[in-house]
Amino acid sequence: MFPKWFDNWNKDNPTNIFGPAIAVGVAGSAIFVAAMIVAWGQPFATASQQTGPRGTGMHVQEFVSDLAVYPDVDGFVTSEPVVPTADSQLAIDVLEGVPPALANVTVENYERLREAMRSWTGIPDLLEPGNDSYQTALAYSMIEMTQNINQNWAGHVQANAEVGVTCYTCHRGQPVPNNIWFRVGNVNSNVAGWPAIQNRVTMTSNFTSLPSTYLEHFLLLDENGQYGVAQVHDLESRVQQQPGDPLIQQAEMTYAWMNYFSNSLGVNCTFCHNTRAFYDPAQVTPQWATASLGILMVQETLEQYILPLETVLPPERLGPVYADVPKLACRTCHQGEQQPLNGLNVIHNWPELAVVDDMPDYSAFE
Amino acid sequence: MAYFEYQNIFTQVQVQGEPEMGMAQTGENILGGERTKKATFSTLIGWIGNAQIGPIYLGWAGLISLATGTLWFNIVGLNMLSQVDWSIPEFVRQLFWLALEPPGPEHGLSMPPLNDGGWYIISSFFLLISVMSWWLRTYLLAAQHKMGKHIAWAFLAAIWLFLVLGLFRPVLMGSWSEAVPYGIFPHLDWTTAFSIRYGNLYYNPFHALSIVFLYGSVLLFAMHGATILAVSRYGGDRELEQIYDRGTASERAGLFWRWTMGFNATMEGIHRWAWWFAVLTPITGGIGILLTGTVVDNWFIWAIEHNFAPEYLGAYGYEAYGTYQDFGGVPAGGN
Repeated sequence: MFPKWFDNWNKDNPTNIFGPAIAVGVAGSAIFVAAMIVAWGQPFATASQQTGPRGTGMHVQEFVSDLAVYPDVDGFVTSEPVVPTADSQLAIDVLEGVPPALANVTVENYERLREAMRSWTGIPDLLEPGNDSYQTALAYSMIEMTQNINQNWAGHVQANAEVGVTCYTCHRGQPVPNNIWFRVGNVNSNVAGWPAIQNRVTMTSNFTSLPSTYLEHFLLLDENGQYGVAQVHDLESRVQQQPGDPLIQQAEMTYAWMNYFSNSLGVNCTFCHNTRAFYDPAQVTPQWATASLGILMVQETLEQYILPLETVLPPERLGPVYADVPKLACRTCHQGEQQPLNGLNVIHNWPELAVVDDMPDYSAFE
Repeated sequence: MAYFEYQNIFTQVQVQGEPEMGMAQTGENILGGERTKKATFSTLIGWIGNAQIGPIYLGWAGLISLATGTLWFNIVGLNMLSQVDWSIPEFVRQLFWLALEPPGPEHGLSMPPLNDGGWYIISSFFLLISVMSWWLRTYLLAAQHKMGKHIAWAFLAAIWLFLVLGLFRPVLMGSWSEAVPYGIFPHLDWTTAFSIRYGNLYYNPFHALSIVFLYGSVLLFAMHGATILAVSRYGGDRELEQIYDRGTASERAGLFWRWTMGFNATMEGIHRWAWWFAVLTPITGGIGILLTGTVVDNWFIWAIEHNFAPEYLGAYGYEAYGTYQDFGGVPAGGN
């Protein structure tokens, strides 16, 4: 196929072309890829959100393709309230099975709310008159909980904008919300104390070997009626090593807890801290304060609304180890976002859920 | 031979033949009698080193080291297995997560219960004997070969760091709970927690020195290895001959570096550099660990007091730099 002179020349000049060919091929491909990345941008583009002064590496990094993706937002059923008039009747005077927490809600708004709650929780017969399943008693308590969070914890749930919470914030259309947690206690067999509560792949440990008991440690009261305190270090001199000083063990417990925060909110350490000095209150971000309020909110919510459900829930809803109530924490609402449902304002149309024992405020709709 | 065959990761020349059995086992060579009698060849091993395997001299120090080391290894492994209720599949699945942990801080320096760090203390005792007798073995073997003791002293530098982590510092802190757990991920957790607890180890100047020597060792090793390989065609890999009778390989290697950076090591000097850089890595690291918690409680504050942690003047909080709506949040007004 080639002319004779070409074949002859090749025969007379044997050359190993594989070495140069491989080298040229590898180098050429690398140059091509580099040129394409420069020309077209890297294919997995990222964006970052700065959270602190330049030079501190404080930012949250995301793939652009993950931003502005709202899987659950579209499923949020909502409708504008019916502003009560002088002759509106209260639901509790007319209908059966109205939760006491909704005693100030008119018939139209109660029926509107009940319909939405059935969609939010995925329970089709929720609050149906005559339905005496445990779900009714549970709903009574959860409505109060939602009202309490919206009214008394606005510092957390309205920290940046009017967002609030409804049933849907946790439930997302499912009777049992995702990302609930149970007490796990000791995860290792045949050991006691510090070695017993860590070094296992568990959902609670976020697949790390850090302690699995941090949620119960920080969010539930211990036998002395105290909450665990996130301890790493402080400005005290600890060289004396007095009893009660935070040690590596407290640091690991706190680290597991912080890891939970990070996973729950889809952020990293530098969302709240300047990581060069975790302890320093002068180097935390405003989000740190919001998160700290969130811890208090969860502690109160668990104590007042969730733990008392132990007598209400059927056995199959209780925890596998201690038969305890399924509990909430950051991830139950946030589900990996800085603000639940990507900051969707869920409370605006539902003044009924925004107040405890008071008249809903419909002034925005008049 | 294509030029890139020079860049091979494997040894290009292997010698296999009559095994080299070493010095005659007589006279003052008294420890030689404890050498094993057989030697074999492995082509596979020959790709990375000498193809001859054996004879080996174990000696009493080596025997003690192997026996106690095996005890340590098995105590750790059986404790891990016990923690997963003796389930082999679970042991395999959780292997990187499992650990033999030191006792909790409530036990101080006392002997804790076996299931709360007691096995850790026992196994650590065996590991200590194992490591120290292996060190003794490097010393005795060097003496037997009428060598300098450089290997033993270099090994002792690493042992210094090991002893600081597991013995000296816990004793000074008054608690075995300060020691490092035996486990893959758990010892990394310990490292992170140690750094965070004591105010960020990056501000510990001895940690910084240790990193300098660690990275410096890597750099020196790469430069030296590359230089010698580059002149091995002139006999540069026969370094000892080049030291006492400098040949063209050394000349070229030296000229290369002198003309590159104005200065070059010598065949002797480069090995002194390498030894000191390697040895200073764990020595400085060990000093840094030993001071942590015993003398300095918070390295970040220490760094501020000594004026090398800068201040950052600027706003904190993402709202100073944008909004959540710009970064994944739903557009404002949505409901």
